[in-house]
Amino acid sequence: MPKDQGVQATHVGESVVDMKFAAIADLDSAESDDQLESWRVRFLGRKGRLTSLLRGLGSLDIDERKVIGAEANKLRGELESLYEERTSKLKSTRAPVGSIDITLPGRKPALGGLHPSTQMIREITQAFNEMGFQTIEGPEVELEKYNFDMLNIPANHPARDQWDTIWVDSDTHNDVLLRTHTSPMQARTMEQNDPPIRVIVPGKCYRYESTDATHEWHFNQVEGLAVDDGITFADLKGTLYEFARRIFGPQRKVRFRCDFFPFVEPGVDMSIDWNGSWIEILGAGMVHPKVLENAGYDSTKYTGFAFGMGPERISMLRNEITDIRHFFSNDLRFLTQF
Amino acid sequence: MKVPVSWLREYVDIEMNLDDLAHRLTMAGNEVEDIERTGWIDNVVVGHVKSVAMHPDAERLRLVTVDYGSGVAEVVCGAPNVAVGQKIAYASIGAVLQDAYSTEPGATKKLKRSKIRGIESEGMVCSVRELGIGDDHDGILVLDDGAKVGTPIGEILGESVVDIELTPNRPDCLGVVGVARDISAITGNPLRQPDVEFESTGPDVNTLATVVIADPDLCLRYTASVIQDVKVGPSPKWLKDRLIAIGERPINNIVDITNFVMFELGQPLHAFDYDKVVDHKIIVRRATEDEKLVTLDGKERKLDTEMLVIADPEKSIGLAGVMGGANSEISNSSTTVILESATFHGVNNRRTARTLDLASQATLRFEKSLRTGLSEVGLRRATKLICEIAGGNVASGIIDEYPSKGQEQAKVRLERDRIVRVLGVEFEKNVTETTLRNLGFDLNADSGGWDVDIPYWRPDISIPEDLVEELARIVGYDNIPTTTLAGRPPQWQPQPEIDLRMRITDVLAQAGMHEMISYAATTVEGEDRVKLPSDTAARITLRNPITTDYAVMRRTLREGILETVARNSRTWRGPIALFETGRVFLDYGEGLPEERQMASGAFAGPRNALHWDVPTVATDFYDAKGAVEAVLENLSIEAVFEPVEDMTFAPGRTAAIKVPSANHAVIGVVGEVASDVFSKFDAEVESVAMFELDLAAVLNVLQNSESLDSGKFEEFTRLPASHRDLSLIVDTGVTAGQIVAIAKRNRIVSSATVFDLFDGKGIPEGKKAVAVRLVYQSPNKTLTADQIGKIEKQILNQLSKEVGAELRA
Repeated sequence: MPKDQGVQATHVGESVVDMKFAAIADLDSAESDDQLESWRVRFLGRKGRLTSLLRGLGSLDIDERKVIGAEANKLRGELESLYEERTSKLKSTRAPVGSIDITLPGRKPALGGLHPSTQMIREITQAFNEMGFQTIEGPEVELEKYNFDMLNIPANHPARDQWDTIWVDSDTHNDVLLRTHTSPMQARTMEQNDPPIRVIVPGKCYRYESTDATHEWHFNQVEGLAVDDGITFADLKGTLYEFARRIFGPQRKVRFRCDFFPFVEPGVDMSIDWNGSWIEILGAGMVHPKVLENAGYDSTKYTGFAFGMGPERISMLRNEITDIRHFFSNDLRFLTQF
Repeated sequence: MKVPVSWLREYVDIEMNLDDLAHRLTMAGNEVEDIERTGWIDNVVVGHVKSVAMHPDAERLRLVTVDYGSGVAEVVCGAPNVAVGQKIAYASIGAVLQDAYSTEPGATKKLKRSKIRGIESEGMVCSVRELGIGDDHDGILVLDDGAKVGTPIGEILGESVVDIELTPNRPDCLGVVGVARDISAITGNPLRQPDVEFESTGPDVNTLATVVIADPDLCLRYTASVIQDVKVGPSPKWLKDRLIAIGERPINNIVDITNFVMFELGQPLHAFDYDKVVDHKIIVRRATEDEKLVTLDGKERKLDTEMLVIADPEKSIGLAGVMGGANSEISNSSTTVILESATFHGVNNRRTARTLDLASQATLRFEKSLRTGLSEVGLRRATKLICEIAGGNVASGIIDEYPSKGQEQAKVRLERDRIVRVLGVEFEKNVTETTLRNLGFDLNADSGGWDVDIPYWRPDISIPEDLVEELARIVGYDNIPTTTLAGRPPQWQPQPEIDLRMRITDVLAQAGMHEMISYAATTVEGEDRVKLPSDTAARITLRNPITTDYAVMRRTLREGILETVARNSRTWRGPIALFETGRVFLDYGEGLPEERQMASGAFAGPRNALHWDVPTVATDFYDAKGAVEAVLENLSIEAVFEPVEDMTFAPGRTAAIKVPSANHAVIGVVGEVASDVFSKFDAEVESVAMFELDLAAVLNVLQNSESLDSGKFEEFTRLPASHRDLSLIVDTGVTAGQIVAIAKRNRIVSSATVFDLFDGKGIPEGKKAVAVRLVYQSPNKTLTADQIGKIEKQILNQLSKEVGAELRA
């Protein structure tokens, strides 16, 4: 072994570091494709400096050869990726002729939108439309007869306490009110049509109720009614289950429990599981025989079910809206989110 | 209704845990809102009132010295009933109590050291409401004498209470026994009915008192008993505890028993001091005109002739089923009691209570039209308890005036197939029978079904469906199958109004506008801001509006839209483009008002959001007109825009929308809002352009106009079209519409479009330059340049003749 081996090894080792600095400095100053190519040939080419350096390792002893060889190969990897980086950087800054700034915003047509209540009403009605229920509407200023009497809610009956009412002031009539629910359309529909009946009735309702984050005196409701020979409570459950699957997803747990509304018997409250607590979504039940009779139907022959729900409440749940008053304040910061 | 669990256990065994019980009750129709653990409050202990003195500076306040075991405190107390020797609930500094003066339910406050009228109070003597166990706040809660001073209050008052949100059809559950009966039916554990047997030791009741029902339409049954030689005094501890646990303040043993039985069985009762009833004769009658009565709460009530009173021959002594009179009240010196247990007419009772604004626990029950059978059971139960607790001799027999006897429905027939028809499922006969029997129904079975006796506690049962519900709710709605609606769907009926509104809503939203929904009511002054035409139909006025801000129903959407634009203009810097489709309410004085569907929209602020290439210009008339044109194009309605006067809009900047092919029907209006209208809305934008479409008029056009494009496909010509641009100079008063109309008179001109307007440099004063592109298209031949030139010349001649147009040099 020659005695200047150590010197040589040191020399070779320095060369790896030196070469790295030289290569990086040269690469950073390469500004054109030609300069880049020339750099590549000089450092990474078959006759380039790195190749020469590796070839020169043959003169070293096996341990040094391993150390320096590994460093040199590592440098090759580094230089190759630096070369790629520089190439793409130069490409991107040197845009092709006719290039445009594709990051500038496009000429987006203004997007309008439907009110969240409208969206929810459409979603609900569509679900029922597809089950054969047709959408109809009815008056908001209504007669007491349809809003209460025909629905088995007689005057001065405590059951009326469930519906605090806003009355119309009139010299000639004291039986005109703002409907407190969409249910009067049950009576109107049956009065005007023979069975079978399958209707879904969206619309505004009004209650004499003080307003807070969860109560509005002015709101929408969606009513449903199906009447025919042979409609049962099991049909009610099946129809409303299907509805709940569509609106809340197939995995959602749904519960039917007994509840009271004067115009149905038996009465139902359908709730869904929402983060571990049961939230009432709709009131329902089998149409009360008196309601059928009041509308001129034979209650021994026909049965039916009815249900009603608040689209704003469902929207509040699904969209995590914490204050119902947002719906009718029409703030664009609210409306543009839907 | 708050039902203490320990009280329930008196009547039925409950093995399941309270959460499961709450679930089962809820599923069966008695929704449990909460299970409260009441009465446990830190820093509240039993105290002993050592002395009571007047507050030097306040007539209604007392200085009370309280021994609370580990010390003695001086507190200021405002309760009228505080007295030396009482055991009371004493709260020391730091106790968290219910805030009795907050309107928010459940609000609490932490007791702090404070000075009341100059005197420092070290603690507080609590009322039922402050302890969170009831509503009463008329006085402090007085505990049983046996309570040991210093005992934490929870050991005395602690209780689990099931808070049930009762439905109005179940007055039976306004008694603890009613809830227990439901639990019995759910669990199958037997119900233990309260004991109503007592021993009569006194004379015949009819020798002591008489009852006359003068108005049998309002008093369906009146039962009474007389108990002599009673000792009025405090109730025993168990009775006090029961009342405290449901939030009632104990008063004396007689009154407490009547309250207890009301909460136990649901039958309100009233006790009169026998010696204060003249001739010991009770008359149940309507009040006379201008009759007055001082009720138990010390207030004088002015009665009307539809109110039922309990009277003696000289005066009224109680407001039937609402509140007793002060003149016949049981006092500590009373020795003989007339106990009343009656059935009053529900609707009338409710009316009286409402008219006098006198909500009571009695009315809460009577208004639900109790069955007459309950009154006798309640009377016997209370009489028995008075005997036991207050001693005395019960007169033999009871007074039972029963004018409605035999008139109440006694039975319901339940056919077996009715169950299937309603529920869609058949139950085993024994399931049906056991369920109904556990609820207390007596059944007589035959081959077709059952004759079912209606029990005295269930006024809500009258038809077979009521029994079907009983069955379903106890078996559980979960156990009824789920089926798909079969059978014939009804025939489809056209709904043109709904379809039209949806279509217009969609077009406007697609055109970049945001739909809004505003309150359908407003104020007269608010609506007057938009200056509706004087011939607009009358308004609907509300008798009891929710606030004065919503006193009348709207007759226009314009106000709501301008209000919404104004409100948004203060917070929203981008384009404001809002529309609403909704009803306006027009009263023509006959029947219900017309609910006319309208669509209205407005543009304000910049036309588009800030953009690097699109100039930010203010919206104006033509944005609103464009929205209308989009709607009309979608509906294939050809309309013209003609100048019109409308006070909402600026003169000269407003157009009526007319449909020539439909007899020139006006279907709406579009314009820039007049500044004197707009200035009343406090908006932070320069101007607003608004349109309004009358959907009833639009629908009328769609349904009646014969020339309307029916949506039929029209073959387009394959021949090429040519276009030429004309640059014209006209007087400034000449409209684009005139020029286009003249050009389009020639049937070879398939379209005429104004594409530039200019009036400035190079154009003479009073003139403007108008550039028009004419497209020439013959249906059957290719036009030559010569032919086009000829036509063009004709058009120019017409333009020159009719509107003085000249070609621009």
